[in-house]
Amino acid sequence: MFQRSPEQHRHRAAATAAAVCALAVALAGCGGTTKKDNDNGGAAKSDAKADPDAPLKKGLKLAYLPKQINNPYEKIVDEAGIAAAGEFGGKGKEVGPSDASASSQVSYINTLVQQRQDAILIAANDPNAVCGPLKQAMKKDIKVVAYDSDTAPACRQLFINQASSEEIGRSQVQHLAEQLDYKGEIAILSATQNATNQNTWIEFMKDELSKPAYKNMKLVKTVYGDDDDQKSFQETQGLLKAYPKLKGIISPTTVGIAAAARYISGSSYKGKVVLNGLGTPNQMRKYVKDGTVEQFALWDPKKLGYLGSYAAAALASGQITGAEGEKFTAGKLGEYTVGKDGEVILGPPTVFDKSNIDKYHF
Amino acid sequence: MKLSAIKLRWDTAVGVLLVAVFITGLGTTDGFASHDNLAFAFNDIAEVALMALPMTLLVVAGQVDLSVASMLGLASALTGELWDAGWAFETIVPIVLLVGVVGGLINGWLVTRVGLPSLAVTIGTLALYRGLASVVLGTGAITDFPETYAKWAVDTTTVPGTFLTYPVVLFIVLAAVAAVVLHATGLGRSLFAIGAQEDAAYFAGIRVKRVKLLLFVVSGLISAFAGIVFTLRYGSARADNGQGFEMLVIASVLLGGVDFDGGKGTLFGAVAGVLLIGVLKNLLTLNDVANEVQVIVTGLLLVASVLTPRLITTVSAWRHRRAAAQAG
Repeated sequence: MFQRSPEQHRHRAAATAAAVCALAVALAGCGGTTKKDNDNGGAAKSDAKADPDAPLKKGLKLAYLPKQINNPYEKIVDEAGIAAAGEFGGKGKEVGPSDASASSQVSYINTLVQQRQDAILIAANDPNAVCGPLKQAMKKDIKVVAYDSDTAPACRQLFINQASSEEIGRSQVQHLAEQLDYKGEIAILSATQNATNQNTWIEFMKDELSKPAYKNMKLVKTVYGDDDDQKSFQETQGLLKAYPKLKGIISPTTVGIAAAARYISGSSYKGKVVLNGLGTPNQMRKYVKDGTVEQFALWDPKKLGYLGSYAAAALASGQITGAEGEKFTAGKLGEYTVGKDGEVILGPPTVFDKSNIDKYHF
Repeated sequence: MKLSAIKLRWDTAVGVLLVAVFITGLGTTDGFASHDNLAFAFNDIAEVALMALPMTLLVVAGQVDLSVASMLGLASALTGELWDAGWAFETIVPIVLLVGVVGGLINGWLVTRVGLPSLAVTIGTLALYRGLASVVLGTGAITDFPETYAKWAVDTTTVPGTFLTYPVVLFIVLAAVAAVVLHATGLGRSLFAIGAQEDAAYFAGIRVKRVKLLLFVVSGLISAFAGIVFTLRYGSARADNGQGFEMLVIASVLLGGVDFDGGKGTLFGAVAGVLLIGVLKNLLTLNDVANEVQVIVTGLLLVASVLTPRLITTVSAWRHRRAAAQAG
């Protein structure tokens, strides 16, 4: 086999390749297993009956699993959720991967199942990659609540949505359009290419832009900074170099908007290009004060974590099962109703500008 | 305790460490020994372990293939895209494997015909294959793969009565094959010869180029297969699947005492290395050890694995010199 004979060798390689191709073609002719319309249905169903008057259980163990452990925004959500768990005598903790890839959360889910947590609260990096282990968790009667970024509906009991995706997507375009007087080229700086929440918002942004009112505005490009400060900074730089006529940028991610603002504030584009999006007041304060950014929006992440913990506790105590129309009380936030597909909506986003930014510290 | 008294080889040490970590897990950590956890812990490193086998042979021959994880991603993207286009899964598998072979041929051809170092070539194809994966599938994810095949990849399906999943069983079989090839055949011996001294191996009549080409092809093929396994296991085909795995694969091989300069190493060591990384990750995660700390632990182990053999050699040489001086 490994003696010199290049001629033979070349013939054999060709023959092998031909054989593999022939095999593939032959198999293709045989039909076989192809894609069927898999109906994944709605949210995970449970046979349990809800008992709205059940007391909140004491000593519940809740685990927060963010997209990645060092994301400042998610840290705020998770810490507020952990504090809320303390209010009702539960115990919360945050665990998670250091990179936001699709597969990195899976080993943590497995671990949380082994540790017999009462509920897992997850911000999914990929709606499907986490499905198998989450279904395993639900089989073992561990409650699953998605927050911030949803999983496939069948893989969790509730989804705590910070605001309706439609409202976020459309309002971002509306705010920017007002700032630009409905004219000019715009671009989007997103997080990772597969972030469920970002992509949903971007769909709604595009839909909003297709209305006649925006006929003089054009979305020229969507770039991805992977929720990485440096990459977002470079992508902003690249955008402004590649599209000299760019008038506005929407960055619906706290990491992205802060990096973009930092680049614009130190460049000749300051005051010429409008930046809007979703950011945290602490990160954006100086850019609002120095005039780089006029306004941006966000919901209160502390409330999101707080609501998540109470929703998980309501599930684990049997007050709700995740069916549409069920009601539960989330501590000081008051009463919430479970919507379609197990969705619970926190409320409308807040717009931050010079007038109110100093009231918020997160 | 005399160093020279125990002729402890590094790969044996890694094996001992693996057993020690495992026993520590059994003794200290709730849930570690459960069937579900063990099945998951080993299945979770199945793709990395599979790719570590051809990588071991490559490193022994003084080569490296950095494009393995990108090939996994390309295979995942192709599997998803073809599935989405309505192709039969039985057709997709051979096509994807063929793409793996072609990818390996490109690596091998650039190394052997153009005469470029494999490190440079595969850094290039690492970017190229990952780029192609993005071209094939774009930014989305394809899901809903056939249960008929997916059930063979997931950690909830095990060989009855054991915690061994099917990807892990396949790994065991292929590891045995690789061990026989490396340590009990002429081909294996020629790998050590090439890694130790390529020119000498060539003049000894070893078909150096052909052997190298074969190694890269096998590496591409196994990486493509790992891509199919990964896709089924997570039920999500994406262009960025397995990003960064090449480092895990190489780290496992080096941790197992395979010399990066080529010519030295055992398959047993590489297998022990990959299992150690997997078991450690699982054990540390179960104990809520932060990810950053886990990375530090892996890094320290790696540095130790590169340093220790050299230290032992240096110390024993120094003892010899001292003994000789005293005798003289």
